[in-house]
Amino acid sequence: MLSPAGLKQRSDFMQSLRLFFRQRDYIEVDTPIRLPVLLPESEIFPYTSESWWLQTSPELCMKRLLARGVTRIFQICHCFRREEQGRLHAPEFTMLEWYHVGWDYLDLMRECEQLVVALAVACSSFTGITNGKNFLRDDREVRLTPPWHRLTVDEAFAAYTNTTALAALAEDRFDEILVTEIEPHLGWDRPLFLYDYPVQLGSLARPKPEAPHLAERFELYCCGIELANGFSELVDAAQQRLRFSEEISTMQGHGQAGEMPESFLHDLSRLGDTAGIALGVDRLLMLFSGASRLDDVLPFSKDELY
Amino acid sequence: MYSASDLRKGLKVQIDGEPYIIISFDFSKPGKGQALYRTKMRNMITGNQFTQTYRSNDKFEKPDLEERTMQYLYSQGDEFHFMDTSSYEQIFITREQLGDNINFLVDNMEVQVLFFGEKPIDISLPIFVNLTVTRADPWVKGDTSGTDTKPITVETGYQLQVPPFVEEGDKIQIDTRTGDYMTRVKE
Repeated sequence: MLSPAGLKQRSDFMQSLRLFFRQRDYIEVDTPIRLPVLLPESEIFPYTSESWWLQTSPELCMKRLLARGVTRIFQICHCFRREEQGRLHAPEFTMLEWYHVGWDYLDLMRECEQLVVALAVACSSFTGITNGKNFLRDDREVRLTPPWHRLTVDEAFAAYTNTTALAALAEDRFDEILVTEIEPHLGWDRPLFLYDYPVQLGSLARPKPEAPHLAERFELYCCGIELANGFSELVDAAQQRLRFSEEISTMQGHGQAGEMPESFLHDLSRLGDTAGIALGVDRLLMLFSGASRLDDVLPFSKDELY
Repeated sequence: MYSASDLRKGLKVQIDGEPYIIISFDFSKPGKGQALYRTKMRNMITGNQFTQTYRSNDKFEKPDLEERTMQYLYSQGDEFHFMDTSSYEQIFITREQLGDNINFLVDNMEVQVLFFGEKPIDISLPIFVNLTVTRADPWVKGDTSGTDTKPITVETGYQLQVPPFVEEGDKIQIDTRTGDYMTRVKE
């Protein structure tokens, strides 16, 4: 829950976000929240709205807009994910997604650095900011000056676990090991990009040309918190259709509904190389305001609505 | 059956035929990954704790628990005997199972006993209990030695700190959850 001062901070934060993208010639878009078909993802559980669905991310519509010829778009919107509630999760949360035609994931990592630095300057009076430009969290100062740390998934497994990414995947323990053994160490000295994930874990990401068992996907971590997920987008519609088929099979195995998004695949075939990223706005605001729970930066927590 | 998304602190579940209570719980989920329910549980019979990470598909049985109102009768060594106020059935609970509650137990007190099948596993006392002070140093009015509280003993043998004006023979109300003095009670 936010006090009037907290509401003003949230508002200032949003305005600074918008200014950053406007200054870089991005168009702000707002796409439908309620859709008849979603991108098939077996680990994300959407809410229904009668016979349609509420979006779990604006990716589907934003990529379709890129096919019409806009080259730089961003959106700040509410997304909905069933069964997600905890210190860092809310079933309804705010996402920032942005896409830049012609870029790859490395370009986006650099823009991420610039974004957070610009926000820290604009919001230097927030409780979570120290020395006018760094994060202060758990009595530790996190330096925000680029370049930030970059670590591949394989390097992270080697450094923090006694197994490998592939072995963990084979035992279906990748997420468990990532969350319990790797994540808590990431992004304390500076924010950190974890990148080059196994290709099985990036169903919407392009495989690395020189190492096709890896996907051009990265995640941004700060203070052990996952903040953003970005990739060089997969724009090969045939390959995307294959990956969606696999996701749909897995989903049907769990009793989840999953449908092939035909109009998305049709538009995808008209896209050139593009990079895109999704960032949890509430989580980033948590770091800026020194909050310990996601609820602390939301105007209303779920329980307050009854 | 509970599913993993029902898990929360304080929930009681049954694993391998024994009742457990969740003492801490953390939900984690990477953005594109599996939900992880990290849970620390305590066996309500043995007291053993363990930590386990569960997945969305995991299911849990609800333990067969029943709460019955019972009245304290007497103690014999380490056995404390209670009677079910509706069935008149008698059971006993050990000193170990009673734990700190022993400090507040008086004859004929009504308590709630949690049963797992036929086995008593937990006992809840009323939140407030009135006990007589059996030992206290007298309060000298005008004593400016500066202490805010003094130690006394009540009829169960329990010792606690109270304000200086509490005297031997007074009846005081104690919060059984914290063991703290609340107020003096008039007869």
